[in-house]
Amino acid sequence: MKRRDIVQKLGFSALFACMAANIVFLGSILFFIAARGLSSINWEFLTQAPRDSMTAGGVAPAIVGTLYLTLGAIIFALPLGVACAVYLTEYSPKGWIVNVLRISINNLAGVPSVVFGLFGLTVFVKYFGFGVSILSGSLTLGILALPLIISASQEAMTAVPQSIREASLALGATHWETIRRVVLPAALPGILTGVILSVGRVAGETAPILFTAAAFYVKGYPHSVFSEVMALPYHIYALMTEGTHPEEQTRIAYASSLLLLALVLSVSMLAIYIRQRQRKTYNA
Amino acid sequence: MHDLNVDYEKQMGMENFHPALVKGPVGVNMNSLGEADLFGAEPKISARGVNFYYGAKRALNNITIDFSPRRVTSIIGPSGCGKSTFIRLLNRMHELVPGSRLEGEILIDGLDILSPACDAAELRKRVGMVFQKPNPFPKTVFENIAYGLEVNGVTDRHVIEEKVVDSLQKAALWGEIKDRLKDSALGLSGGQQQRLCIARCLAVSPEVILFDEPCASLDPISTAKIEELILTLKKEYTIVIVTHNMQQAARVSDQTAFFLMGDLIETGRTDRIFKAPRDKRTEDYITGRFG
Amino acid sequence: MHRHFDEELQHLKNDILKMGALAQEAIMNAVDALKNRDKATARKVIDSDVEMDRLELAVDEKCLDLIALHQPMAGDLRFITTAIKLNAELERIGDLAVDVAQRALEISDKPLLKPLVDIPRLADVAGRMIGGAIEAFIKGDTALAKKVVLTDPEADELKRGVEKELIYDYMMKDGSTADRAVQLLLAARHLERVCDHAVGMAEDIIYMVDARVVRHHPEELK
Repeated sequence: MKRRDIVQKLGFSALFACMAANIVFLGSILFFIAARGLSSINWEFLTQAPRDSMTAGGVAPAIVGTLYLTLGAIIFALPLGVACAVYLTEYSPKGWIVNVLRISINNLAGVPSVVFGLFGLTVFVKYFGFGVSILSGSLTLGILALPLIISASQEAMTAVPQSIREASLALGATHWETIRRVVLPAALPGILTGVILSVGRVAGETAPILFTAAAFYVKGYPHSVFSEVMALPYHIYALMTEGTHPEEQTRIAYASSLLLLALVLSVSMLAIYIRQRQRKTYNA
Repeated sequence: MHDLNVDYEKQMGMENFHPALVKGPVGVNMNSLGEADLFGAEPKISARGVNFYYGAKRALNNITIDFSPRRVTSIIGPSGCGKSTFIRLLNRMHELVPGSRLEGEILIDGLDILSPACDAAELRKRVGMVFQKPNPFPKTVFENIAYGLEVNGVTDRHVIEEKVVDSLQKAALWGEIKDRLKDSALGLSGGQQQRLCIARCLAVSPEVILFDEPCASLDPISTAKIEELILTLKKEYTIVIVTHNMQQAARVSDQTAFFLMGDLIETGRTDRIFKAPRDKRTEDYITGRFG
Repeated sequence: MHRHFDEELQHLKNDILKMGALAQEAIMNAVDALKNRDKATARKVIDSDVEMDRLELAVDEKCLDLIALHQPMAGDLRFITTAIKLNAELERIGDLAVDVAQRALEISDKPLLKPLVDIPRLADVAGRMIGGAIEAFIKGDTALAKKVVLTDPEADELKRGVEKELIYDYMMKDGSTADRAVQLLLAARHLERVCDHAVGMAEDIIYMVDARVVRHHPEELK
């Protein structure tokens, strides 16, 4: 075998090893969480409220809370983010202003989530007086999701070929009609990718809801957007840091983690499914 | 052989002879042939002293040219000669390029299309465009054609359906895809996609159709179909086609214009340009001596 | 820019030049045979026509190849179509030389009617016209081609003179000369036809160079 063939073989092997290491990390996370949590998951766990000082019962209110918070965040962030992306890609004059905006948005994505939490506390909870509530938490999470949605949407819209924009304009469509009827539909799969990513992120965040929405224990289910809620990530955090029955609580915490993981994955799956279907209709 | 017989029979009556054979300038000195009264009609489109700039760079120099109604004019020239730039002025697509500037006049039916009183969207309805690469929308075949009608305010489903069928027939595509109206347009072959783009353009009933290298990405059979289509369409529309393919220009057009580095070097009847160009640079280009 | 196509065109030019030389030579030889009552030369002219026929077919095919394979335009197109026409005209000239040679054979065994003066002069004009046309083609020289066209009346004049002389001085005076006189009359007519073909060539060459149609448009020659 020639030297360069050997080099090539070695190179590929190294790359394979890196890839394998990744699989091992991912696999072990899933394995350990599942190993410790799976046994506690049953129908009761999914449908009952906690009982006996968090040592028994289920986490149903936390599941519902997480769903509400995530949904609220997306309802808030999706239109705002897409609108912002439309402005940035289609309307704003090209040049340094847009570049500064783009950099700022990317920086926003890098801000630690606890900072978002403090911001939400100051602005939504205190200043607007929404209190610790689903609304405050959703808005805070929404702001956290904004940069993800904006940059994904921007990317998706930039990827829409100029040629079909021209086709639309050449048929006598206005710029706005072109965006609404050609660019956005074509960019939809990409925008959905952004939503998938942000759902995953938002559903799992603890810090932003720490001061704005979450409670360790709420009796019953939330009845309005101004209710405090339980949420899975915060529930896990609280189980591990508070309370008087560490052993029982740890078991429940693992089960909750597994649940959170499953929840995030299934939401992602759903979005991926929608995206695939969209692609199929568009790409033949 | 079979075709030849048909043609022969068709031509048995004197009135059926090709017009050029009956009253055309047969054997007339090609060099003294007038240009202005080429086809004896008021020009449909008339460009007068057009200069065009990308930023500081001048892309077109003082272009003056007429296009006769219901004729095909081809614009030929090497890459970067400004031919695509020029036809994009005719439906004001140049406005999409930031920092571009236009001087001079472009008249369609005698009206200045560059004046602020002329609405670009309205103009583009009248002056359709088919692009270099087929660019159907990522929608169904039906939606692709209905789109232009919808953005122009047609809401009656019956009218739209009729127009879709009619446009597909005119674009010689109906027979091939009448069962696929609800399928994605992206599933069609390249040649079908391009004819769909032509149908899409026809649906809004333009008066002028601009073709920007419409066969650049097509195989010879598809190219031949598009060329046939252009020859059929010229009975109703004024057509301007930019092409790199000189044989194509020769086959489909009545008038040919040769552009070189932003200048209109020569324009005239296509037969004259390809038999007896006047300018040395035209001769060099069409005989492949360029370089 | 260098084009391989130009080399092909150059080959074609050489072939036409060769056809022209053969045609000129055939005419000269045929008239010599007529003048000198030389059977051998006459037969040589008749035999050598085969070569011109062969060359004509080859040139024709080459022209069609060039059109089919290169899709020539403008000047190239006019050059090739002109070559096709010249090729045909030259082949006809070759045939006319054969005709003259046959006249020579017809009269070679009979007593001399008269020493030939005007027919060799007519042949001379014809030769010059062919040569002029070929040179105009090679050089793309319209002035030369025009000169060829304008020489034609001279040939017509000579032919008319020969006609008159043969009819009035011989055939009408002495019926027994008719068979020989008719042969000479035909020879003069063949040579005059040669000149007409040369004119056709010259007109095609003017079209080739200037894209100006002078055929059937004598006013364009001015």
